[in-house]
Amino acid sequence: MSPHPASENSGIWKLIFGRLDWSSLPLHEPIVVGTFVMVALGGAVVLGLITKYRLWGMLWRDWFTTVDHKRIGIMYMVLGLIMFLRGFADAIMMRLQQAMAFNGSEGYLNSHHYDQIFTAHGVIMIFFVAMPMITGIMNYIVPLQIGARDVSFPFLNNFSFWMTTAGAIIVMMSLFVGEFARTGWLAYPPLSGIAYSPGVGVDYYIWGLQIAGIGTLLSGVNLIATIVKMRAPGMTMMKLPIFTWTSLCANILIVAAFPVLTAVLALLSLDRYVGTAFFTNDMGGNPMMYVNLIWIWGHPEVYILILPLFGVFSEVTSTFSSKRLFGYSSMVYATIVIALLSYLVWLHHFFTMGSGASVNSFFGITTMVISIPTGAKLFNWLFTMYRGRIRYELPMMWTVAFMLTFTVGGMTGVLLAVPPADFVLHNSLFLIAHFHNVIIGGVLFGLFAAINYWWPKAFGFRLETTWGKRSFWLWVVGFWVAFMPLYVLGLMGVTRRMRVFDDPSLQIWFQIAALGAVMIAGGIACMLIQFAVSIKNRDQLRDTTGDPWDGRTLEWATSSPPPDYNFAFTPVIHDGDAWADMKKRGYERPLTGYAPIHMPSNTGTGIIIAGLSVAFSVGMIWYMWWLAGLSFVAILAVAIGHTFNYKRDFTIPKDVVERTEGERSALLATQG
Amino acid sequence: MATRSAIDPAFLDNDGNPLFHLGEDPHHPEGSSTALGFWIYLMSDCLIFACLFAIYAVLGGNYAAGPGPRDLFDLNLVALNTAMLLFSSITYGFAMLAMEKDKVGATQAWLAITGLFGLAFLSIELYEFAHLIHEGATPQRSGFLSAFFALVGTHGLHVTFGIIWLVTLMVQVGQKGLIAANQRRLMCLSMFWHFLDVIWIGVFTFVYLMGMLR
Repeated sequence: MSPHPASENSGIWKLIFGRLDWSSLPLHEPIVVGTFVMVALGGAVVLGLITKYRLWGMLWRDWFTTVDHKRIGIMYMVLGLIMFLRGFADAIMMRLQQAMAFNGSEGYLNSHHYDQIFTAHGVIMIFFVAMPMITGIMNYIVPLQIGARDVSFPFLNNFSFWMTTAGAIIVMMSLFVGEFARTGWLAYPPLSGIAYSPGVGVDYYIWGLQIAGIGTLLSGVNLIATIVKMRAPGMTMMKLPIFTWTSLCANILIVAAFPVLTAVLALLSLDRYVGTAFFTNDMGGNPMMYVNLIWIWGHPEVYILILPLFGVFSEVTSTFSSKRLFGYSSMVYATIVIALLSYLVWLHHFFTMGSGASVNSFFGITTMVISIPTGAKLFNWLFTMYRGRIRYELPMMWTVAFMLTFTVGGMTGVLLAVPPADFVLHNSLFLIAHFHNVIIGGVLFGLFAAINYWWPKAFGFRLETTWGKRSFWLWVVGFWVAFMPLYVLGLMGVTRRMRVFDDPSLQIWFQIAALGAVMIAGGIACMLIQFAVSIKNRDQLRDTTGDPWDGRTLEWATSSPPPDYNFAFTPVIHDGDAWADMKKRGYERPLTGYAPIHMPSNTGTGIIIAGLSVAFSVGMIWYMWWLAGLSFVAILAVAIGHTFNYKRDFTIPKDVVERTEGERSALLATQG
Repeated sequence: MATRSAIDPAFLDNDGNPLFHLGEDPHHPEGSSTALGFWIYLMSDCLIFACLFAIYAVLGGNYAAGPGPRDLFDLNLVALNTAMLLFSSITYGFAMLAMEKDKVGATQAWLAITGLFGLAFLSIELYEFAHLIHEGATPQRSGFLSAFFALVGTHGLHVTFGIIWLVTLMVQVGQKGLIAANQRRLMCLSMFWHFLDVIWIGVFTFVYLMGMLR
């Protein structure tokens, strides 16, 4: 190809490839090329190994097309983990750049690259790490906790997962073909408008989030319907396990918030593709309308992330204190109040818009009020531990670390909720420190607690503790070292998203923060080693009981890992902590009387439509209109074709149930 | 707490001991959550319209020295269009009544009439849009027109997908008759169709009628 593709970027080439040409490949960026080579080699090795061991058939049948909520939950976790490594790579690159770029040094990242990195870091960590992981945990645990055999809409569940993955693929594609947005993670116009961001970056952002958003919304609908409709007999709402309660509230927030994101991004695309005047500075547009709408989604979003993990902390505290959760009903009401209040605070993200003292006071006060139900939760956890027989296993360690860390993050949040203080701290590193303090200290620590807590349920063996503890200490200490300097810098007035600095006295703080990031990298490495060592030593770590922690809720009543049908007999619930209650009453597992079980069938429709959605997005991003049009028609055709399939379930025969349960009886008998 | 330890007598055996499993496993028949799930989806769709209404409320007066509602809207045409959509809702209601009585032919006929009313609505809307664009009132002209086309156009897009869905269901009813699965699907489309009617009442009032008063 010619080195000047612009000249031939006309006629037939343009018709087929739109604005894609050889200059779109970032061959002049050695860091990106190096990353691409590594990813390509790694990918080739993985694909080669799958082919060599003939695993494609198994992957397709048992995983890609599965409608089993447990397998889908595990796939969500794998997606989240892979994207976490990408998001963290972005983070450590930023820390290194900011630690270097002093005294005239430009650092090692040019501004074009650096701006993409901070945007990608935010987008990936929220949409493709935190969201898939909480969805994965809810998917795996909620049906088990309510004694159900699957979710309400099993096909939709598979489809949602693949749409989330499609969004992640689109965002990852931008690393190697074209560029990602350079706008910050919420892509405020007019910067994200076509005049100031004419490239493909913002379009990658828009389509990645739109496609993933469909998946998130549908999984929200699915889990609400599941919790409302599929509960085991006797499980009234006030006997619902607390994790399921917090999941219910989080999913209601998803359904009530994500349509706003869809609408606002659709309007931004109209501005970019058609030239409308929604968020432009001229022709009667209003950019602040975008900022308002995106935060009407964005603030509930952070509660979508944290609420399920409040549930995890509640389950863990209660289990490892060997006590019923203190203040169950106050916990439920606190969750509901937080969910409602999360809709009344969005304006605190832009007090500086200039909406006046009355409006700012209203939103400042509603923001501070949220700390009351949250504080109530914290005291409930403390009172649960009080005079409990506490076992400091890994999940409990993460929970205690959360209580200490999150409280500090919450208090700096209340500081930021004071409008006059916010005018000083707005857009500063103090804000960055605050939200990392609550999101790492709350969401990530919660996910780590959840992974350590439920891993034995999902895989049938516990995670080993030596590497787990190393990871814990590196993470927790690393977090404090990495983010406390950012509070200091923020108070000194340093703004966010800076690439180079003039004042040499600031450098030491950035160097300390970089050291913290390196410690966190160590924590991540130890966690990966922990997984590897545990898989290697799985026979010593085997959980044969199905109840390794002396658990209290129904997921511990079945085997580890649970059979496809979860429960051979649907349990009847008499008390809030259903499994603790069954154990107390001397429950004995029935050994006869099995019946055939109806289950939903696998389908490839989800992955096919998601693949077509990626093709559609590529067409839209690169202006290959024929590809977008064809893929859209194909999506409709496949979706309609799917509705002509009326035979969507099958029956697990009685003898298979008998054999599976017989194996479990034999395993339990080895316990003596 | 008393409420949490009291046991429902239905879950006790003959000796008054708590049961942990029922003799007959509770069965969730396929589609038992469909009405609830679809309703929740509709509410999320309603929020998309809420955003578009909000955008229209904020940008609706920003004419950018271009034409305003009074210069553009033809209330007679809009009244005719509204009538088409309202009639289509009534005829869909008749289709559901025929479905209840298990009359395949009548159901199909009323569905076809509903589809035709829907098509009439879309044709009039497209005519209106073409007319506006011809006059120079394009979506790019001003914030007001961007908001107008987005809100009314999104509603029209929903009606379009509703018609595609309706045709699909007519084929499926033709193939399988009014089996339970098809009845469930017709009920979902019914909710969708009436929902679009309600949204249109909002558009008619808020955009057209109040636009003429500006």
